[in-house]
Amino acid sequence: MRQAKSPFAFVAASYLVRIRPERAWTLAELTQHLLTVPDASILYHTFQSLESHNYTTFSNDFAQWALAACNESVLAEELSAIDLRDFAAVEELRKVLTETLERYLKQRPQTGDRPAFEPFFFCEAVETVVPLEGRAYTLHELAEGIQRMSLHTLHHHFINSRLRPKLRVNDFSNWIDDSLGLAELAKRLNRIDFYTNTLEGVRKEILQALNGWNS
Amino acid sequence: MTGKPAAPELAPVVPHLDDYAAVVGSAEIRELRELAHRLSGRHVKMVNSTSVGGGVAEILNRIVPLLQELGVLIRWEVLKGGNEFFGVTKAFHNALHGEPFEERPGWFDLFLATNEENQRLMGFDEDFIVIHDPQPVALVQARKGRNNHWIWRCHIDLSRPNATVWNYLRPWVEKYDGALFSAPAFTQSLPIPQYLFYPAIDPLSDKNRELPPEFVQSVLERFGIDPKRPILTQISRFDRLKDPVGVIQAYQRVRKYFDCQLVLAGGGATDDPEGDVVLREVEEAAQADPDIHILNLPPWSHLEINALQRASTIVIQKSLREGFGLTVSEALLKKKPVVASAVGGIPNQVIHKVTGMLAHSVEGTAYQIRFLLSNPSFARQLGENGCEHVKENFLLTHNIRRYLLLFLNLQQ
Repeated sequence: MRQAKSPFAFVAASYLVRIRPERAWTLAELTQHLLTVPDASILYHTFQSLESHNYTTFSNDFAQWALAACNESVLAEELSAIDLRDFAAVEELRKVLTETLERYLKQRPQTGDRPAFEPFFFCEAVETVVPLEGRAYTLHELAEGIQRMSLHTLHHHFINSRLRPKLRVNDFSNWIDDSLGLAELAKRLNRIDFYTNTLEGVRKEILQALNGWNS
Repeated sequence: MTGKPAAPELAPVVPHLDDYAAVVGSAEIRELRELAHRLSGRHVKMVNSTSVGGGVAEILNRIVPLLQELGVLIRWEVLKGGNEFFGVTKAFHNALHGEPFEERPGWFDLFLATNEENQRLMGFDEDFIVIHDPQPVALVQARKGRNNHWIWRCHIDLSRPNATVWNYLRPWVEKYDGALFSAPAFTQSLPIPQYLFYPAIDPLSDKNRELPPEFVQSVLERFGIDPKRPILTQISRFDRLKDPVGVIQAYQRVRKYFDCQLVLAGGGATDDPEGDVVLREVEEAAQADPDIHILNLPPWSHLEINALQRASTIVIQKSLREGFGLTVSEALLKKKPVVASAVGGIPNQVIHKVTGMLAHSVEGTAYQIRFLLSNPSFARQLGENGCEHVKENFLLTHNIRRYLLLFLNLQQ
């Protein structure tokens, strides 16, 4: 079995949610706040909240609010179609979100100031990452570690990692490519769709890919 | 209840941290230990106003021993006060929920004097002090000259507070290092950081653990409830904000079309002097209907409440105002279809038509109950989804993790 020189370091990641003072009662207010809230807030309502949208139709908080509180299904669909995997920085994501809203409000100016059923509350997540003792030098050890990690930690390695500087992929693919030289397997993992799956489902698919790989 | 069979004895269970791995997975427990390890040697104090009855006492009864098991040096103290003081704080509580407030002479003085008396009785040298709800909020005066961290945990929906009461309490709240709220919608604009702390239920407590069917059956027999006909249940204190009379009115509308029974079960808390009055109003509204079972249970009736929820066809939570409404999560964990008011923290638990049904009126509640009684397979799917939703968000272990994270962040 292929052995890496530098190991994969496991961590335990946790998120404390801070409620921000900004609230939007209209789509126009949402657009305004999106321009100014910190990156952590954009991150929370898109990358971080993916977990909580297993049951809902749309995959980020802005889209869900546009539908449930503003009854704007076309806008909700447009916001939901923004694929987080296309962005390597929150600023780019912020730009696309605000442009989508501005374009929609330009086409339908009457919708901008219509009060929502309930306000949008901006939040942000404070991440705490604690290093764990375990290290993986082989695919087998990586699979064992993924099997044992909490869903918060899986989210940290597989979803939030994509916005770490210059990464754009998940932590597992990054290590598999860099340290084991298995570019094809790294790509295969990176193609697992976290939008249409629960995190437990994502874990299952990752393990299937790792355990089925002959190295 | 003479002549009724007694429930078979169930051995008391005191769950330990590792027991929760069966529900949340061993990784979650391992990571809790890692986080707690970093708080080694730090002291925490929790203060609230009652040791029995109500959701706050229930959460503390479970969180405190588990945090101790994790090695956190935690102590829980209860505010001492007379009936008059708790009458004042009950009026504050209702006013903070948006009810009208009629100030009576001496109320604010009594509130402050009781807090100051407790301040003299309790020590506050711990590293982290967590004060729960408004009753002990003024204890924060004790932080003067101390270099520790003070947190106010607000279990109340503060979105529409009575201005007189909120303006009186607010200066104390602003002296804390942070405030914890059960939902973003419950917050007020404050100059201190505010954090989202969903409250949680304990899946292994007597109120929620799996029960043998014969125990559930025996509880129904004990209370004279027919297991063969649909059972609609609301579990809550006898409190006007829980609208037990509205539940009876909804049942009476359903009853025109379905041969069903209603169970209204709950108890009092030591800090709620209105319970007896509301209970009498409920009995009057029931008009001696033999299919309405009004059960005023003592605070230790967790197994009976668990059994009643498990035996229910539909669980109702028709509150007019709510903190978070943890009884909803209890019912969802048991895979029960829930019809609940869209107030307080309930919409966080009940996603309409996905994990339960939301309603806004007596008529709406009655309609949703009838819909679910007519569509049992849809009702079953709601219960399944609801159970998963609770397991992902509203369990005790999630709450413990949040406290550990908060303390770690504060000490940085």
